[in-house]
Amino acid sequence: MASPLLSRVSISNATAGNTISFSSSVSNGLLWRRSIAFPDKSSRKVSTVQAKIREIFMPALSSTMTEGKIVSWIKSEGDVLSKGESVVVVESDKADMDVETFYDGILAAIVVGDGEVAPVGAPIGLLAETEEEIAEAKAKASKSGSSAPPPPPAPAAASASPAAPAVAPPKSAASAAVPDGPKKIVATPFAKKLAKQHKVDIGSVVGTGPFGRITPADVEAAAGISPSKSTGVNVVSSVAAAPAPAPVAAAAPKAAASPAPPPIPGSTVVPFTTMQAAVSKNMVESLSVPTFRVGYPVLTDKLDALYEKVKPKGVTMTALLAKAAAMALAQHPVVNASCKDGKTFTYNSSINIAVAVAINGGLITPVLQDADKLDLYLLSQKWKELVEKARAKQLQPHEYNSGTFTLSNLGMFGVDRFDAILPPGQGAIMAVGASKPTVVTDKDGFFSVKSKMLVNVTADHRIIYGADLAAFLQTFAKIVENPESLTL
Amino acid sequence: MHSSLSLSFSSSTAIPRSGHSSELSCAAPPSPLNLRFCGLRREALGFSSPKRNDSCRVIVSSRGRFKKVSASVSDNGSAPKAFDYDLVIIGAGVGGHGAALHAVEKGLKTAIIEGDVVGGTCVNRGCVPSKALLAVSGRMRELQSEHHLKALGLQVSAAGYDRQGVADHANNLASKIRNNLTNSMKALGVDILTGVGTILGPQKVKYGKVGFSENVITAKNIIIATGSVPFVPKGIEVDGKTVITSDHALKLESVPDWIAIVGSGYIGLEFSDVYTALGSEVTFIEALDQLMPGFDPEIGKLAQRVLINPRKIDYHTGVFASKITPAKDGKPVRIELIDAKTKEPKDALEVDAALIATGRAPFTNGLGLENISVVTQRGFIPVDERMRVIDADGNLVPHLYCIGDANGKMMLAHAASAQGISVVEQVTGKDHVLNHLSIPAACFTHPEISMVGLTEPQAREKAEKEGFEVSVAKTSFKANTKALAENEGEGLAKLIYRPDNGEILGVHIFGLHAADLIHEASNAIALGTRIQDIKFAVHAHPTLSEVLDELFKSAKVHAHVPSPVSEPVTV
Repeated sequence: MASPLLSRVSISNATAGNTISFSSSVSNGLLWRRSIAFPDKSSRKVSTVQAKIREIFMPALSSTMTEGKIVSWIKSEGDVLSKGESVVVVESDKADMDVETFYDGILAAIVVGDGEVAPVGAPIGLLAETEEEIAEAKAKASKSGSSAPPPPPAPAAASASPAAPAVAPPKSAASAAVPDGPKKIVATPFAKKLAKQHKVDIGSVVGTGPFGRITPADVEAAAGISPSKSTGVNVVSSVAAAPAPAPVAAAAPKAAASPAPPPIPGSTVVPFTTMQAAVSKNMVESLSVPTFRVGYPVLTDKLDALYEKVKPKGVTMTALLAKAAAMALAQHPVVNASCKDGKTFTYNSSINIAVAVAINGGLITPVLQDADKLDLYLLSQKWKELVEKARAKQLQPHEYNSGTFTLSNLGMFGVDRFDAILPPGQGAIMAVGASKPTVVTDKDGFFSVKSKMLVNVTADHRIIYGADLAAFLQTFAKIVENPESLTL
Repeated sequence: MHSSLSLSFSSSTAIPRSGHSSELSCAAPPSPLNLRFCGLRREALGFSSPKRNDSCRVIVSSRGRFKKVSASVSDNGSAPKAFDYDLVIIGAGVGGHGAALHAVEKGLKTAIIEGDVVGGTCVNRGCVPSKALLAVSGRMRELQSEHHLKALGLQVSAAGYDRQGVADHANNLASKIRNNLTNSMKALGVDILTGVGTILGPQKVKYGKVGFSENVITAKNIIIATGSVPFVPKGIEVDGKTVITSDHALKLESVPDWIAIVGSGYIGLEFSDVYTALGSEVTFIEALDQLMPGFDPEIGKLAQRVLINPRKIDYHTGVFASKITPAKDGKPVRIELIDAKTKEPKDALEVDAALIATGRAPFTNGLGLENISVVTQRGFIPVDERMRVIDADGNLVPHLYCIGDANGKMMLAHAASAQGISVVEQVTGKDHVLNHLSIPAACFTHPEISMVGLTEPQAREKAEKEGFEVSVAKTSFKANTKALAENEGEGLAKLIYRPDNGEILGVHIFGLHAADLIHEASNAIALGTRIQDIKFAVHAHPTLSEVLDELFKSAKVHAHVPSPVSEPVTV
């Protein structure tokens, strides 16, 4: 591996010792509705509060940085900061950097906690100028915190910030029984960490652990999240003390746990890979398109014969079918069109045949561009390259998302017919079944055995109508049944 | 210390000893039987001194019993016959073992006295079994880090462990290393004498099991290498089940849900790594104001960010555990904390177990120090820079040395071994002073921490006093190709040096395989290599060693005088 590529990533400004200043802006206060945060103090006048609350932004530590991870807050809420002091450590793609403040003030609220990620420019903390403003800043933070930066209309029961003395924290649901008497609260280290992370008042949690101590599970229950193992909780397989199998992690803190059916014991949850996630997204999107299907039988004896002839030259069945489809599409441009907005036809200038390929537990559609113009041999060559690239995960975006028509072939598994889902952005997809010897009668009434293949096209009915599809399929069948033109 | 285990049997049987059995004629005095012990440079073996003719006859013992052998093989060749041994070492830990092997290499007739098990703390109750546990914890950590695995494209379903299996691994490793150690000494012909060794007077030691007859032997030189035991502060009741020391913890008889670790040094830190990986929650109790005292502050800060904050660990600093009561009668372990400065009660904790990792106390009981009027200082045996024992009046005790934890200079196994080798060099007529600043140290957390030489504050203090300038260079593991390939970019290497002459004052590493990386720096310090020279050394790419390469290259040395570089060799 010692190669001429002696690539060393050089870091210009080395390490953790460096400090970067963030820019902060003056926000002029009350964009939030006080009635929500101070339910019982509405008598206070809004106009008297001219807050000088500054937002601490996620800094851009390099030109390529789009988001940063908070490694740790050096200061905690309530600490008094002076200009130039390091406040927070942010991880960039190269190094961890201490970020310092430009202003004096009090760190009123931490919006993005340790280990969390925020996009560049998003507020990660709030700086109050005076102590009086801390409560405001906290209220503000509690609205913007744990959700997307532009503060959405916060639900009334948004996070209770227990440490704010001015705010009466709305008690969370599970806060009922506080241990009576002056008994000391005992919480395990991880329980305390979770409570801080989810802004749960540890005093309001009922401990169910040994000796009445508060366990991480107690805090999670109080925070209304299902016990998750997403935070790196150790899975210990000791026979005795194993907790009930954890269901899928509810990622967002405080997300109202949707009533999912309880998992079957012993089931395992495997997250989607990136490719699988993309497939899932596309499939759900496809539901917004009104589709219909038309099937057609195609005799393939001549195609099979041709295939036998050209096979030694490296031509694959995929290339033959793609070529045939492309030639038919050339005569029926509407089937190669797509409907982008529900109002117009978009006629594509080139015919790009996407071919569905199952690969490593995923599904990808490498695209044979200009399949009508390339000859069979070039097409086969091209296909081979695409498949290799797909296997090595090196397909460029234009090599898998530029298709205008998709071909899906399950014939090699013996499937006789199937129904394909139309991928978003295309007008039609062809599902090809296996070619099987079938008894057919010709027009003179003679019986014979021919190889017959069923193709089934799914199309977007906003632009492609039944007759269009039928005509296209007829052309396609003619080309396949007289395949000499394919080799031209 | 593991280097010493590389001794193979085949070579050791060839160790020349005047004894009996086979004869071997050799052509020339510089014997081909050059052996490397403990990574020391080759040296002609001592046996060749008496006769230097063309056809010397070397008598080889294949077993290693020398009942009738005199100690006359030593260098000066004039040793009186009166002594039973040239060298007697009390304590067969890593220090004693290192000294014994080197003594044999130098041709000394050597015996080692052990009252417990060969291998001492390191092999049986310290570094060795803890490395087995840490190997497990490292893997558990990797398998549990979904984020990390996902980034590598791996999918693993829930990782689990079997406590007994883990404990067995640690125990098996210890016994394997112990056997290796014992065999290497036996094969070389070191007499292993069983029993507690007591110094009776100058050059005289008795040994024997309690209640059995005692044997008295004489030796030209004696090395004390009795090591240390876990230190348990007053008020702490150790029951071995819920309040434990590292001795018990290494047996891993239980994995408590919540364990308090008293002391956040190497031992505490390594155990926190093990326990949290196995599912425990940990509370540190540290008497000083910050965790990980003794580490370079910057490294400590980063280590805390990586090893403490994201894990299920909290901590109390600036407090003493004044009283710890084991769990009994259905009550948990109770720990009372007092302020380290004001001594006022501060807090009380109730946990499932407590590990006492407050350091180690020298073990010198029954050594008979009173017979030679030596008084320990805080338990340690006072020695000079050559490990010679100093008596109550401040005079050197002739022929008596003390190495390792018992002298407290640097409580590390490999330091003890280095001290032992240094002593053997001295008693064989070559003055030697060990440079303790060249001895590396490592903490085997995930990732590891390693260091050699001075910390930055120490270096700045020294610079202030001696009037030189100090510079610091740093490189990040995030810029290292191999670290990124492993998806382990978290880490920092730090070089403290003199910009005027390029002298390396200290190197501190926190990151993947830091413990293995430190040796380039420690060797450079030991050999006096300057930065301007070492920066031309070539490192294979891509390797983690390039972290140090970058480190040396990023140092700015304005030395004008070209230092004496060793002659280039044409090959």
